[in-house]
Amino acid sequence: MTDVVMPQMGESIVEGTLTKWLKKPGEHVERDEPLFEISTDKVDTEIPSPTAGTLSEVLVEEGKTVGINTIVARIENGAGSGAAKPAAPAPEAPAPAPVAAKPSAPPAPPSPPIEEPPAEPTGPLSPLVRKMARENNIDLGKVRGTGAGGRISKQDLEAYLAQSGAPVPAAAQPAVPAPVQAPPPTAPAVPYQAPAGQAKTRIEPMSTMRLKIAEHMVLSKRTSPHVTTVHRVDMTKIAKLRDRYKDQFKSNYGFSLTYLPFIARASVAALRQFPLLNASLDGNNIVYHNEINIGIAVALENGLIVPVIRNADEKNILGLQRSIVDLAARARARALKPDEVVGGTFSITNFGSYGSLIGTPVINQPQVAIIGVGTVDKTPVVIDDAIAIRSICHLSLSFDHRLIDGALADQFMTKVKQVLESWSEEVL
Amino acid sequence: MRKCQVRELGRIAYGPALELQQQLLAARKDGAVPDHLLLLEHPHVITLGRNGRQENLLASEEIMERAGISFFPTDRGGDVTYHGPGQLVAYPIMDLREWKRDVGAFVRAVEQTIIDTLAEYGIEAGRIPKLTGVWVGDRLCGAGTAKIAAIGVHLSRWVTSHGLALNVSTDMSYFQYIVPCGLTKPVTSMAQLGVRATLEEVSRSLAANFGRNFDCEMLFEAPVLAAEREN
Repeated sequence: MTDVVMPQMGESIVEGTLTKWLKKPGEHVERDEPLFEISTDKVDTEIPSPTAGTLSEVLVEEGKTVGINTIVARIENGAGSGAAKPAAPAPEAPAPAPVAAKPSAPPAPPSPPIEEPPAEPTGPLSPLVRKMARENNIDLGKVRGTGAGGRISKQDLEAYLAQSGAPVPAAAQPAVPAPVQAPPPTAPAVPYQAPAGQAKTRIEPMSTMRLKIAEHMVLSKRTSPHVTTVHRVDMTKIAKLRDRYKDQFKSNYGFSLTYLPFIARASVAALRQFPLLNASLDGNNIVYHNEINIGIAVALENGLIVPVIRNADEKNILGLQRSIVDLAARARARALKPDEVVGGTFSITNFGSYGSLIGTPVINQPQVAIIGVGTVDKTPVVIDDAIAIRSICHLSLSFDHRLIDGALADQFMTKVKQVLESWSEEVL
Repeated sequence: MRKCQVRELGRIAYGPALELQQQLLAARKDGAVPDHLLLLEHPHVITLGRNGRQENLLASEEIMERAGISFFPTDRGGDVTYHGPGQLVAYPIMDLREWKRDVGAFVRAVEQTIIDTLAEYGIEAGRIPKLTGVWVGDRLCGAGTAKIAAIGVHLSRWVTSHGLALNVSTDMSYFQYIVPCGLTKPVTSMAQLGVRATLEEVSRSLAANFGRNFDCEMLFEAPVLAAEREN
């Protein structure tokens, strides 16, 4: 005979209301099977049975509130009815801190998964299942899950392997690739014959960030007809300015002066003149943003993120450079605050630092334009029929042709170019 | 540091959101996924907690149906409540064994998360002993207090589901169909208190405050863009 008590649900909680018996007296109950429900505060909790047996006695009826450790029921364990052993239901049992993953899932009617990442054919997968699938080159899309919510369990994989005639390898043993077709679950179905012997591919699920980037790229290309226009900008004046002040700038402020704040500043001037480039589309409406918030794309180890310089039009070169350095550093340290990556109205991406001359950037939705900055190189150019050596940079503007026509885009870029080529602001 | 995956689901009907919660709950119990915080908004729906009394539902199902409101009995704690557009709903799927085995502490921390979030918008909110939820002094009526956020949680093997609903810009007229949580105190929203905020920004702020109060790192699905690099 085992006594079932009202469990202690927390330090400050001295009583609980028994809201529902899930078993009737005389019914059999398995260990860990939900036995009754309690309500404490605004929390309802299912309490599993501490033992297997027959519910012999219910001492507290539904709706009654009793103190913790009050005996609420007795369970007959079958053989012998010795002295009653009080046993607290499972939540009470002291367990070593984080409890390890239980591989078995209670069987439940398979139901279609709602909204798990598309990589997962049927709901979340346990690390064990992923590992087994990887080692055996199993296309998880072909395995029927029998776990809760249609999840694929280890047993399902073993059954699948047995059915396809492949040996089930012992858990830790390096896998012999099973003779099954193995397209990665996320990829389009390219037929791929796993070769015998050494595996020639490795399959791993995309990270959440990778998935988001992928989704966003496709969304953007599908949403906006992208057109890219490229303008050649003579950065000689700014290059000289930068050369003259860079040491002093660094010693004054502790970070370097790059070309990027100049381009951001010139963009601000052009966005003020052509507010359509700082707008977005909402259905059939054009939404003009009164703030100029410039997103700066930052490359991360396995992805990229676009933190936003808010009210960029209120900042000078120093302020812009400081924001860029700060946002980029914290983006790489994954220390951005959530509101720092939303609300951008225009973006800048600087592929020039990786040596690219010209790029065709993808618009950061729901914005309508993005400037891509090419590398700044000393280049021979013709000025007044003479050849001169100038610091040249190519700026690419990708714009949403639903809203912006080429003429406007080029007027915008002409303004950016003019501000940069005839720079007149103080730097220090 | 423990990690908590944030999922911003936008507007999602009650049924599918419930199913998603149940899937995550099962996966969380197995240790197959980390803690989750679902952030979303429901279309008009009235839900009844396990201990809810039908009499706190003031309209017949027929009237509600005509008003475009669906009805769901659920297994969460608490009585009857309304969800709808403009209301930020957060469902933590969290294994309390890895935090504190204490439902009281959990509910207090959820309340604190809401209080801290409202403070960021200049709203001073607080608790009323024995009345779980978050309350504000009602500046409109000048007297008494009003409920701005409701809490109702379900616990199964120490894993939480359901959670909280914070009125951001909810159309308060829909509350006429119920006695919220069986209480005859008024309800209010951030908008009624003069704060104009989008659901998205409040939801970001709530997630950050959740991380602070539960001492976990919030993993966001980051909004991202095209080609990039460096400064």
